[in-house]
Amino acid sequence: MARKRTLEVALGTTTVDPHGMPTTVPLGFETPDASAVETAPELGGEHMLLNIGPQHPATHGVLRLVVELDGEVVVRVIPHVGYLHSGFEKLGEYRHYNQLVPLTDRMDYLAPMSNNVCLAMAVERLMGLEITERCKVLRVIACEISRIISHLVWLGTTGIDLGAVTPFLWLFQEREKFYNLQEAWTGARMTTTLTRVGGLMADIPDGFEDGVRAHCRSLLKVMAEVDRALTRNGIWAGRTQGIGVLTGDEAINMSLSGPMLRASGVDYDVRKDRPYLDYETYDFEVPVGEHGDVYDRYLVRFEEILQSVRILEQALTRLPDGPINVDDHRVILPPKHAAMTSMESMIHHFKQVMEGVRVPAGEVYSPLESPKGELAYYFVSDGTAKPVRWRVRPPAFINLSAIAKMSEGHLLSDLIAINASVDIVMGEVDR
Amino acid sequence: MNPSADALKRQFGAAVRRVTESCGTTIVYIDPTRVREILAWLKDAPGEAYNYLADVTAVEYRDADLPLEVVYELFSLSRRVGLRVKAALPKDGALELDSVVPLWAGADWLEREVFDMFGIRFHGHPDLRRILMWETYAEGHPLRKDFPLRGRFSRSEQVRQALNANPEAHYSLAELGIAEAYYELPADLRERLSRGERGRIADAKGGR
Repeated sequence: MARKRTLEVALGTTTVDPHGMPTTVPLGFETPDASAVETAPELGGEHMLLNIGPQHPATHGVLRLVVELDGEVVVRVIPHVGYLHSGFEKLGEYRHYNQLVPLTDRMDYLAPMSNNVCLAMAVERLMGLEITERCKVLRVIACEISRIISHLVWLGTTGIDLGAVTPFLWLFQEREKFYNLQEAWTGARMTTTLTRVGGLMADIPDGFEDGVRAHCRSLLKVMAEVDRALTRNGIWAGRTQGIGVLTGDEAINMSLSGPMLRASGVDYDVRKDRPYLDYETYDFEVPVGEHGDVYDRYLVRFEEILQSVRILEQALTRLPDGPINVDDHRVILPPKHAAMTSMESMIHHFKQVMEGVRVPAGEVYSPLESPKGELAYYFVSDGTAKPVRWRVRPPAFINLSAIAKMSEGHLLSDLIAINASVDIVMGEVDR
Repeated sequence: MNPSADALKRQFGAAVRRVTESCGTTIVYIDPTRVREILAWLKDAPGEAYNYLADVTAVEYRDADLPLEVVYELFSLSRRVGLRVKAALPKDGALELDSVVPLWAGADWLEREVFDMFGIRFHGHPDLRRILMWETYAEGHPLRKDFPLRGRFSRSEQVRQALNANPEAHYSLAELGIAEAYYELPADLRERLSRGERGRIADAKGGR
């Protein structure tokens, strides 16, 4: 467990020893003399009950943590979720498949486009529908832009939680550029509702590709600066290394996914291991951590941003011309002029709007590597236009369930770092 | 068809009720009374090694005669193969089965959600209580098909209950007991805490 790190510390602080491991001495404090402690009266019994949230900036949404404290040491954490429960799964049973897309926007609202893609992909798998090449590449672009945006927000807000405000400002500037692209494409910054069963709601606008390329270039510059500001920063390393450690076996046992799992050294990425959208043809690496602590989660997410930029570049290079929607009037609305002039098209139009997309009976569990982890929609269909069951496998919800185990025995201030490292979005946790 | 299905039939015989396939995934229906035994075998048998529990959920069909199904979505990280295991619970019987938390800690919140949404009870779950709805929620289990979309109570009743709720009642009894909880900790842990030791408490007690 106690593998040594090699880490060059740029700023001379006392929080990291020559091996890069954080020393337990906080800045400006002396180690308590062991003999003095033995004679000190036992202060136990004064366990404190501390309530954090649901309205607290460090809980990243309406999460509530009831913490049992012994002095500053966390003895127990009792998380409470559900404050943002909207009953999307129940609502889904009363909606057509395409009407579910707006609901997915509101789950992981930091990565709405990858949620949209996941939904369309699940229904297409259920129908056995093959989408067009251009649509596939555009969906990859959507997923990777989502990953970049989500990780930028994560990095910025986690920095603020641990006292580093500057990266937050740089990163949110970059995020805003990608949001502008997203807005140009879909008409909305966050509630994108990008996909439809069998295609997309719109093709990319003029100048989109150049915009992505330019923003990727400026993003890389900013990431290099953030790297210099954080990665070898003694305070950052001291606040994150050795905090919230989970071994690989523990992480698997707790069903964690995404960066939380990979930081513990488990090489599992849905893009590589259960490929979709031709991800197996893209050249990218899956970063894997070693120690499973907050610092490794930071390194994994940091590297994932850079890999997403690589995928974006490849996707833009290969983006083929052609239609974005399948030529199948069971799922895609005919063009408006056809619906107005041809009887057959009008019938298709009417049936789709009034009855929705009919999906054959069956069931599918369709996973996708969202920024938070393995996001999957599990559909059970009975052959009608509305699902019998729409189950969302929420990665943030399952990752959050590990917080009690991760934070036991750490300081209260480390609980904030651990909570931030999970990368939760309460819209998805509570659904 | 996933070869694990045949292996399960050989190993457990009649406890494997039937095997189907949908969208390329093999679905194995098993005897709900033997869930933990069969999943433990799938997890640990060398040729199977389904060590990753991706999801636990439940399905209720629109046809009221069909049983409720508890769905376990398994994945083998070493072999990169998925398998779906289902346990059907007839609605006229007790909606109960064994918890798989002893096998996968990740099933904790997932089973709590199934209990919250469907009212299915899991034996051996360490802390089976509602998770998304609040503890005093009295309208039932929302994802059941006989639960109306707007809830069982009228809107005025829901508003009345919300206004009558005591805003000071934040904590459960377990949480209010925390003040006295220190004396229930093991002696060695108390001693370590009073020495100001930092690190994992769970290790000392062999997991809590």
